[in-house]
Amino acid sequence: MTTATAALPPRHRDPAGLLRRIFIRVGILPFFLILALLVFSSVSGNFLTGANMINVTRQSVYLILVALGQMIVLVTGGFDLAVGTTIALTSVVTATAMTTLATGSTIGVFGIIGLGIGAGLLTSLGIGLVNGFGVAYLGVSPFIMTLGVQSVGMGLALYLTGGVPISGLPPEFSDSFGFGRMLGIPVPIMVAMAAIAVIWLFVGQTRLGKEIYAVGGNARAAVLSGINVGRTLVIAYALCAILTSISGILLTARVESGEANLGATIALESIAACVIGGVSLHGGIGRVGNVILGAFFIVLMQNGMNLAKLGSYVQMILLGGLLILAVIADHFRYRLILGK
Amino acid sequence: MIDRVAMNAVPLPPGTPPRVEARGISKRYPGLLALDHVTFSVMPGEVHVLFGENGAGKSTLVSIIAGVNEPSDGEVVVNGESAEIHSVHDARTYGINAVFQEFSLVPSLSVLDNLFLGDEIRRGPFLDHARMRREATALFGRIGFPLDLDTPVSSLGRAEQQMLEIAKALRREPTTLILDEPTASLTEKETDRLFSFIAELKTRGIGIIYISHRIQEFQRIADRITVLRDGRVRGVVPADTPESELVELMAGRAIGKIYPSIAHRPGPPILSARDLTGAGVEGVSFDVRPGEVLGLAGLVGCGKSEVWRIILGLSRRSSGSVTLAGRDMSAANTGDMIRAGVFYLPPDRKSEGLMLALSSLDNMALGMLAGDQVSRSRGRISNRAIRTEGLRLAAQVDLAPGHLPRPVSQLSGGNQQKILFSRGFARTWEVFVFDEPTVGVDVGTRAALYLLIKQLTESGKAVVVISSDLPEVMNLSHRLLVFARGRISTVLERDEIEESAILGHFFKQGELAR
Repeated sequence: MTTATAALPPRHRDPAGLLRRIFIRVGILPFFLILALLVFSSVSGNFLTGANMINVTRQSVYLILVALGQMIVLVTGGFDLAVGTTIALTSVVTATAMTTLATGSTIGVFGIIGLGIGAGLLTSLGIGLVNGFGVAYLGVSPFIMTLGVQSVGMGLALYLTGGVPISGLPPEFSDSFGFGRMLGIPVPIMVAMAAIAVIWLFVGQTRLGKEIYAVGGNARAAVLSGINVGRTLVIAYALCAILTSISGILLTARVESGEANLGATIALESIAACVIGGVSLHGGIGRVGNVILGAFFIVLMQNGMNLAKLGSYVQMILLGGLLILAVIADHFRYRLILGK
Repeated sequence: MIDRVAMNAVPLPPGTPPRVEARGISKRYPGLLALDHVTFSVMPGEVHVLFGENGAGKSTLVSIIAGVNEPSDGEVVVNGESAEIHSVHDARTYGINAVFQEFSLVPSLSVLDNLFLGDEIRRGPFLDHARMRREATALFGRIGFPLDLDTPVSSLGRAEQQMLEIAKALRREPTTLILDEPTASLTEKETDRLFSFIAELKTRGIGIIYISHRIQEFQRIADRITVLRDGRVRGVVPADTPESELVELMAGRAIGKIYPSIAHRPGPPILSARDLTGAGVEGVSFDVRPGEVLGLAGLVGCGKSEVWRIILGLSRRSSGSVTLAGRDMSAANTGDMIRAGVFYLPPDRKSEGLMLALSSLDNMALGMLAGDQVSRSRGRISNRAIRTEGLRLAAQVDLAPGHLPRPVSQLSGGNQQKILFSRGFARTWEVFVFDEPTVGVDVGTRAALYLLIKQLTESGKAVVVISSDLPEVMNLSHRLLVFARGRISTVLERDEIEESAILGHFFKQGELAR
């Protein structure tokens, strides 16, 4: 279903026709990207440098992972507002597990790290299964289900920690997953590249991937084609939670502590990254490559705004506005695709 | 069938301007000229039929007249004066009201609320419920179709919703009324009632633009017929033009006999329903045999469609059994039935068949996912195989391969239906259930789809055709089950299948129970 999203009218020579075709095919992103590059490179000389771009790439890893998960859920026609909670709980559980195991166990530091990561992933899997079960089998709307889980999970994370960061993680954890390099490439980037490859294969080359697009394209048609819609939805939410959790583990390694406020803005940012990257909120449409670019763009914006010395409050205003603009563009594009 | 409704009772004085006139209207979409200098007019008291295949431009033309779309070129003239129509509201101020196939009703609101929606009668700042009630009762009385004013629209049948839509349009005292396939969901009797009402509207000088595929039906009320093909007017002909001539104008070529003769070689039953009872169905038993077309006829809501939704696990079954190839499938869910080889073509392709935002190929691929051709080991799918299969299936159902990458929403109804049919050839199925296989499909495509049904049947598959189109189900079926009020009221063998015999059974039980 990623093969051909939208067809194009016959070739036009005029530039307006070309822009329109680009818009139908990939969405609003290229226009935003060019605008951002023009604005920020004129504001700051440091913006369009190699070092800064590498910096942006490294920072965007965390958002890319979550956005990929968010994309899968958006493609089914839902969305996941609980990604922030997933990151928070992953971070808190992973850190708690590691610090608890570190006192008085004999499994060695890599055993501790492995078990800690495992505990974090399992927790997130639980969150994903709850979300998926509620949406698929109890008929709760994705908005309410994930909003509720967001609150429950956040409360749980704060309750477990008392709001205080959990420190005292094994230094090897941060050295490898936070700041380490393999073959000269930062480990977080390696992890993200592996995740991107797996998801790309999954959505484009497997039956389950195609079924996710079918469920979002028309759930009733999917039922009549023999697709188990409930199971597909549960898998989609679980995958989203796992990808988000990986991001949470990398972030925990980066900040060297378990924190309940790690993913505070990630729900908004990941949905914005997807929508800017042309994932339709109506379901059924979304491409891995564009979502990665969408996430990269959001981080690029934040980086540019920092270089332009815009305060974080102003950044919040701009980011929210951007999301709304992107959704308006999505509706417009959807209508163009449907030919109305 | 009633006779043709009387023509214009009062001759118009010479020089009377048309109610509405479209002059040289063109409408361009990217890569598509939907209308090409179309000129069209409707006189006071005239029923002017717009006839043509899907995608010929009928809907585009009326949507421009009704203010839904704006023309790229040309003008609309109302009562001899150029009209500025930029919205549905503008059109209404010129007395133009349209009833489209897609309803504009709010399901959660009552009949009364819907009737006055956006145009409520007020006394001071408050709604005048008493007056709205009186007016509504009077209006339904005039139409001769009483509806309970407090019923929520969601619990009305399609026919009732259709009549409510028409009532809504009439309440605004239009001078021009546009009806888009108004009889698509009406029974014979309701159609007769609508037609006699249209006759009354004519005597009041209302101009009526009437879109329909049903030649025999519209010939009863039409004064003139304009035939459109590929966005151009191909002819404006009188109502008594022979059917064959109309079809030829519409298709641009002569179309032979559209119902093929299908060889009848029935085998032992492959699917059996016994005493099936559930939502809308009571104690229904029948067998489906390979090599045979089993027809199911009846009014909307009679159980012909409902019984299959129970068999497929889409609606609730309270008792009775279903066996498929010797296996008990009474408690099977939809996925089980599909995997066991029952192909189901849903009656409403937009809500249950197509993924509208995706391409035609993606929509075809939905039928391939469960098959072997595109599957590789460990759950992987070959996109190349999907494209190859897409081309094969397109050839199989006679769909131009150029449509494959296009969004399916931009295809005509006939081509969309071909895509749904193509899923039936994507893998091996044993039982084919076609629920309203040709609804909203032009004659040329219908003939093609009937040939596919013939091909499947003669290759030894079991085929079930559920249809509200009586000639269709009469001509295709080897055996015909007539449903009424949730039960089978009769079973007719090939040589017993006659219109009069069937119609009698449509009402047999229903009329008694009323």
